[in-house]
Amino acid sequence: MTELLRIEDLHVSFKTDDGMVRAVDGVSLTLNAGETVAIVGESGSGKTVTSLSVMGLHKKGQAEISGSISLSDHGTFKDVVHLSDDEIRDIRGRAVAMIFQDPMSSLHPYYKIGSQLAEGYLVHNRGKKKEAMARALEMLDLVGIPEPAKRAQEFPHQFSGGMRQRVMIAMALMNSPQILIADEPTTALDVTVQAQILALLSKLKKEFNMGILLITHDLGVVAQVADRVNVMYAGRIVEEGPVDDIFYSPLAPYTLGLLKSVPRVSKNNERLKAIPGQPPSLINLPVGCPFAPRCEYKQHSSEAGCNTTRPALLGTSSTHRSRCHVPEKLRHELFAKELKEVQG
Amino acid sequence: MLKFIGRRAAFAAMTILIVSAVVFMIFSFLPFDPASLTCGQRCTDQIVEANRVRLGFDKPIYEQYWLFLSGIFAGRTYGAGSAAFTCPAPSFGYSFNENACVTDMIREALPITISLAIGALIMWLIVGIGLGIIAAKFKNRWPDTSSSVFVLLATSLPTFVTGLALLIWVTIKWKLVPLSLSGYTSLIDNPFKFMQYFILPWITLAIAYAAIYTRFTRAALLETLGEDYIRTARAKGVGERVVFFKHTLRAVLAPLITLAGLDFAGLIGGAIITETIFNLPGLGRLTLRSVYEFDLAVVLATTILAAVVVIVMNLIVDMLYAVLDPRVRIV
Repeated sequence: MTELLRIEDLHVSFKTDDGMVRAVDGVSLTLNAGETVAIVGESGSGKTVTSLSVMGLHKKGQAEISGSISLSDHGTFKDVVHLSDDEIRDIRGRAVAMIFQDPMSSLHPYYKIGSQLAEGYLVHNRGKKKEAMARALEMLDLVGIPEPAKRAQEFPHQFSGGMRQRVMIAMALMNSPQILIADEPTTALDVTVQAQILALLSKLKKEFNMGILLITHDLGVVAQVADRVNVMYAGRIVEEGPVDDIFYSPLAPYTLGLLKSVPRVSKNNERLKAIPGQPPSLINLPVGCPFAPRCEYKQHSSEAGCNTTRPALLGTSSTHRSRCHVPEKLRHELFAKELKEVQG
Repeated sequence: MLKFIGRRAAFAAMTILIVSAVVFMIFSFLPFDPASLTCGQRCTDQIVEANRVRLGFDKPIYEQYWLFLSGIFAGRTYGAGSAAFTCPAPSFGYSFNENACVTDMIREALPITISLAIGALIMWLIVGIGLGIIAAKFKNRWPDTSSSVFVLLATSLPTFVTGLALLIWVTIKWKLVPLSLSGYTSLIDNPFKFMQYFILPWITLAIAYAAIYTRFTRAALLETLGEDYIRTARAKGVGERVVFFKHTLRAVLAPLITLAGLDFAGLIGGAIITETIFNLPGLGRLTLRSVYEFDLAVVLATTILAAVVVIVMNLIVDMLYAVLDPRVRIV
């Protein structure tokens, strides 16, 4: 397996009038060619900030970034955190591309689709206008847009939401990047269109042998396409592991809470099992486990450290790790029972 | 497109008709006799009555309105026999105060107002958009701060203060621009004199408007910079300069054009203060003088003209908008 991306101990904080917001607090993860790695978490957990860091899209002076983001530029590794503006720009769209959450607002309303696509190619291949346009048509065709030559002459408002997201994907593929970051690519779309877009992403991943970093809060999406999952809470990864482990034997109370809160159709008239409470403010995180105030399993923690120390990311297997003070064995038993209850 | 223009033109014609009818009616309700206003100092009842008949004030109001309308297309002859005089089409009436056809008076005043408005428009667009771009590009740094000082000063100073200040310092104290006594020369006849004649009025108007445009451009640019599609452009690897001057500026253009078109239309209606300060015999001053002197024929004509200009500019702005913004389609 070829490693494409290795994030190590990434910290991103923003200065605000109220204090420093630690949006990302020591995140480490890897992405290999041909696999889809998901980052899951609720709004404000730091998943988008992490992905924007990989693109180097944070404004200098607004965000303070430390740690390392080692990214493969077709074989040679570069640390995005320490690159100059020009060097990052050279990587963007070529080695790593990104598709965004809202396709309705992510395309420039005043330029034709074809020229918006071609621009992405021209930025990295100066002067090759003909090639750029040919490439644009080829990519539009590849993402399943009928009559690409005609559609390329149209404006974004003439496309539906699903078609626009296809255009965004085509745009991301213009320079055959090895890494594709998909930030909630299906959140703004109809469920039927969601499935099409996810299938398209999976197909393209194989075709281009890309690594996809999938940012989402939708566990259904994760189950469909992800190989490995990172669950984020309050700027940190609270659990990481292969997708089956996360879904069938979660080890972090937060992951379990997420799984339990997925609405189910089988049981009638049942209240949604939401996680009680609110995510903590990222300005003054509690000293202990950030999830402790909302955690139902605190009493099982033998050391009673939930309110005083932050749990480390530990695990018995090398692939499945989680943060919790409750002994792992006990968690296995408790969580399995709960999951069974919920899932029937 | 042609269909759109045709429909809008018909709509405009109707609006103008209504405006003229309303203005005409208001004048007929005024509590004084229009005929006696046309009479000089040595006035007798005979003269008043003779003028009443000559100008058609003896006829019922709808007939007067009809005479006014038909005059626009066919010209109008006042009086009969040897005392008759004709204002050829398009005739907007006859000014007794000036002893001239209103159309001729407007024909004299209009080029001055248009020159004033166009020159000022070009100036404030360059300064306003330029400063707005600089302010947005250097947000919260000294170029931004100093431009906001300019904006504050220019919006708080009324044109009669900036105009008089310019006149006193630039013309009288420093003698940089000579006091123009010779009157208006057209751009084609003598470009240099034309510039000299208009430069201070242009600056006066441009300062006031440039402030508004600076603020508008800055705000619109900063808002657009936060749009998702700007982030998309950055994610493609597009350089910051292209992001700003192509993607961002392009999105700000359409609303700016709208604003400029409407402001320009407003100015054609008459920049009364500026024209008065600099003694420019334009439409604004013509209107002002006619109001003071109850020269109803002129007030009526300039009011209708102002309405026409606003309507036509609106039409032009709408068409430009459709060209600039692909989402707006003309049907």
